[in-house]
Amino acid sequence: MSALNYPRHWKRPPQIIHHPGWRRALSVAAVVYLVLAIGSLEVDWQRVSIGLERGQRFVMGFLQPDFVSRQRDIVSGLSESLTMTLTSTVVGILISIPIGIGAARNLTPRPVYLICRSIIAVSRSLQEIIIAIFLVAMFGFGPFAGFLTLAFATIGFLAKLLADDIEEASSTQLEAIRATGASWWQMINYAVEPQVLPRLIGLSLYRLDINFRESAVIGIVGAGGIGATLNTAIDRYEYDSAGAILLIIIAIVMVSEYVSGLVRKWVQ
Amino acid sequence: MNEPQHHSPQHYSQLWQWRTPRTKLLLWAGWLALVALFVWCWQVMTQDTIWMFVQDAPSQAADIGSRMVPPRWSYLPELLKPLWDTLNMATLGTLGGVIMAVPVAFLAARNTTPSVALVRPVALFIIVTSRSINSLIWALLLVAVIGPGLLAGIVAIALRSIGFVAKLLYEAIEETDARQIEAITATGAGRAQVLNYGYLPQLLPAFCGISVFRWDINIRESAILGLVGAGGLGLKLQASLNVLAWPQVTMILLLILGTVVVSEWVSARVRRAII
Repeated sequence: MSALNYPRHWKRPPQIIHHPGWRRALSVAAVVYLVLAIGSLEVDWQRVSIGLERGQRFVMGFLQPDFVSRQRDIVSGLSESLTMTLTSTVVGILISIPIGIGAARNLTPRPVYLICRSIIAVSRSLQEIIIAIFLVAMFGFGPFAGFLTLAFATIGFLAKLLADDIEEASSTQLEAIRATGASWWQMINYAVEPQVLPRLIGLSLYRLDINFRESAVIGIVGAGGIGATLNTAIDRYEYDSAGAILLIIIAIVMVSEYVSGLVRKWVQ
Repeated sequence: MNEPQHHSPQHYSQLWQWRTPRTKLLLWAGWLALVALFVWCWQVMTQDTIWMFVQDAPSQAADIGSRMVPPRWSYLPELLKPLWDTLNMATLGTLGGVIMAVPVAFLAARNTTPSVALVRPVALFIIVTSRSINSLIWALLLVAVIGPGLLAGIVAIALRSIGFVAKLLYEAIEETDARQIEAITATGAGRAQVLNYGYLPQLLPAFCGISVFRWDINIRESAILGLVGAGGLGLKLQASLNVLAWPQVTMILLLILGTVVVSEWVSARVRRAII
């Protein structure tokens, strides 16, 4: 028994791609891709260096935000954003509950299931901003188009998560209620609702949060809200006002995240 | 003398009820408040709405719809370069975001941060800032600062990705098994070695999963960043919208949809292979 054969060094075995050939091939491919991708970038460094000075001004604007000089625009944009967020979330939830129940395989017949799932797929695959472009073209500029956009996006999000939740709900409880001779509505009310309601409340609050963030974006394409104010501020190179708007958005998101965290803890 | 109260059965309702009358009342008050708030918000929101446009919307929709079909397939070759740009923007942006997110995550995690009182709040603030500002807004800012082009898009995607990746990663770091870390420390390993042999093996699957997930999201986002001038497919979309070339818009949207479906499939496959 000699200690000579015993390896003196230990090398950690690879964790993710075990085959050495694949590892080598993938790293070569990654390097080739990076060279090609960076090679196809066209960067105007002169413009960038001019921009850095502007960037400095923006950082200064962010550090010394100007809430006052555009106060009226900020307040009206903010009130549009907040009202849009609340109404669209409420309407979105109201519509997404029947669609979510319809898209749960264990509760509904096949044709209804397929229809509801395809509604969800359409709503989820389109970006908010693209929906907003179309709705602004149809309904005119302003928060109403934004409201419709956010409500539509909410449907896809909530209905999918609700449907997945219902499909995962314990089937023994469903069976117990059904065995008492309950109708379909009673089954929804007494077997499904208690199981999914806490999570539904949590998800609705989360969506409220998302809708506020999105409401800051869809204003860029004309759907009203704080995004429109922000866009104007940046177009006018008023970086101190833009900084103020961004700080307000960040503060509201932080508060709403904190509150929804509290409520979710309390509900569950 | 107080006699013990005797409840006769008729004091109870014959029907079983879930909630007590008091909670029921509170619940109704809560619902009423919500409805009132909704109505108020609705009125504030729609005070400037021109209802004529809203009534006109179905005919507008039919009009746009009829112009959008059929998609202009001959436009496809022109879209290949923007598609390549979009993919690069998403990939390079994710790469940059991930590289910046890793140190932030280690500074934000309770068990690895050098100082809970000083450094951790700063790291958390970076995460919240990056998360609460959409990449389109980052792009809007960066286009104004460093000029239109792919670079602005890449930096926007990277800045937006920091918060997302760092948040999920620092949660993963906080969930690592402390005993393994302690075992490595007990062998006399230095800080880098603890990181390499204690944390890395535990974090690698989560890290790869998060990165691929974010890459998938970034593909969606980079497709529209061009709307504010950051290059890629969105630039073509904006150009087509400006000249009301609806068949081209349909073509671009189909291409975006296809790309998103493919990237979602790729990311799902990769994540399943890793985790």
